[in-house]
Amino acid sequence: MPDLGKYADAVLSAYAVSILLLVAIVGLSVWRGRRVRAALRDVEAQQDG
Amino acid sequence: MRALLIRDLRLALRAGGGFGLGLAFFLIVVVLVPFSVGPQAALLTRIAPGVLWLGALLACLLSLDRMLAVDWEDGALDLLATSPLPLEGVLAVKAVAHWITTGLPLVVAAPALGVLLNLAPGGYGVLVLSLALGTPALSMIGAFGAALTVGIKRGGLLLSLLVLPLYVPTLIFGAEAARRGAEGLDPSTPLLFLAGITAGVLACMPFAAGAVLRVNLR
Amino acid sequence: MSLWEYANPVKFLGLSERLLPWLWALAAVCLLVGLTWGFFLTPDDFRQGSTVKIIYLHVPSALMAINAWFMMLVASLIWIVRRHHVSALAARAAAPVGIVMTLIALLTGAIWGQPMWGTYWAWDPRLTSFLILFLFYLGYVALWEAIEDPDTAADLTSILCLVGSVFAVLSRYAVNFWNQGLHQGASLSLDKEENVADVFYFPLLVCIAGFVLLFLALVLYRTGTEIRVRRTAALRARAARIVAPEGGLDA
Repeated sequence: MPDLGKYADAVLSAYAVSILLLVAIVGLSVWRGRRVRAALRDVEAQQDG
Repeated sequence: MRALLIRDLRLALRAGGGFGLGLAFFLIVVVLVPFSVGPQAALLTRIAPGVLWLGALLACLLSLDRMLAVDWEDGALDLLATSPLPLEGVLAVKAVAHWITTGLPLVVAAPALGVLLNLAPGGYGVLVLSLALGTPALSMIGAFGAALTVGIKRGGLLLSLLVLPLYVPTLIFGAEAARRGAEGLDPSTPLLFLAGITAGVLACMPFAAGAVLRVNLR
Repeated sequence: MSLWEYANPVKFLGLSERLLPWLWALAAVCLLVGLTWGFFLTPDDFRQGSTVKIIYLHVPSALMAINAWFMMLVASLIWIVRRHHVSALAARAAAPVGIVMTLIALLTGAIWGQPMWGTYWAWDPRLTSFLILFLFYLGYVALWEAIEDPDTAADLTSILCLVGSVFAVLSRYAVNFWNQGLHQGASLSLDKEENVADVFYFPLLVCIAGFVLLFLALVLYRTGTEIRVRRTAALRARAARIVAPEGGLDA
């Protein structure tokens, strides 16, 4: 851990906020993507069967 | 075209909401400002141009969703679309009608409300001029927004969200001109920019609005 | 073999399935390397202290916020001119990513501004334009969500994107003008590109690459999702049409 001095709060919160947002958008995209892909597989399986 | 303009104006008059509502809203906004920031004359003088511009802009926004919605609901818009008049022309006329019923009364009423806000004596001329130059752009941009949201139920809030960012340049230059006028500075630069924006909007926006409305009528 | 072949959804999906693992991996590597390098291994700036480390998040996200809108503009134009559905869906997929980038740029900027300028927010031209850009993103996404028919939605949002771009640029210059008018010589400039030393420059480049790759991966993945939503809806509609007449015969 580097010595961040008196600005530790600012730096750490900036990193926390950004990483949180990036993880959120990736997570949301993947979560929705998984659901949609599963739904499509279901529908396709039904039509073949 | 003239027939459509006269029809729209008449409808606005009969419905009673046209001239009255926007003006009343403008008045209320202006009256509420001293309540929220305090009655100090010096402060009011300083913020008067900005408040008057913001009030006029909001009053313009208020009546936008009715601009096309009524004609959409009763099918008149479909008739207009099949008429020989191009949709771009229809929308331009609608914007003009909106300006006459909303923008023009605001321009006329602004000096009276300026008195309430203790506007600097030299600022009245420029204020009226800037509003007269700017409000047509507000109406035309509003017509685009109205055409964009016409097919959406309860599109009023969405309309505001879409149109308000588009109002930013007009508001900046208009309020800046009015402020410079009130402070006795030379307002010609922002006024020229404002006139440029209005001219550009009036020239280009009917086409964007027409394209959008055509999609919605499909 | 031309670029337009990938306007075919099946071809597009095939390509993106092959590219995506690489993009995700590269983006993760670049971000990890860039951010670790920046966070742990760069010295403090002699004036800004450790806050200079925020640059590795702030500059790339701000860049991508603008580039995402630009990508949406290009995709909208392609949709309007050539009517490729993939293009319209790509624009839709990019918007939320753009919102997140704009938010990161605004938030890290505010957090950086507090110790450096003594305020979280100043009505500086750059900050203000970003706020306006954020509003444009919100309106764009809201319009997509509000319209049910996908083709109508694609048409309307594309035109909104074109008109919005013109007004976003206009606002950018208007805001410049307005700010000079209010307080002359406000020197709160974020533009440090010129005086960034090499120590900060190389990890910054890696971070920018990471953000670009992450954006590409996200947009490709989300576009794939949108395409599958469309396909599911189309298949369901077809199934409903096939089933309905049979029911009618029984009765």
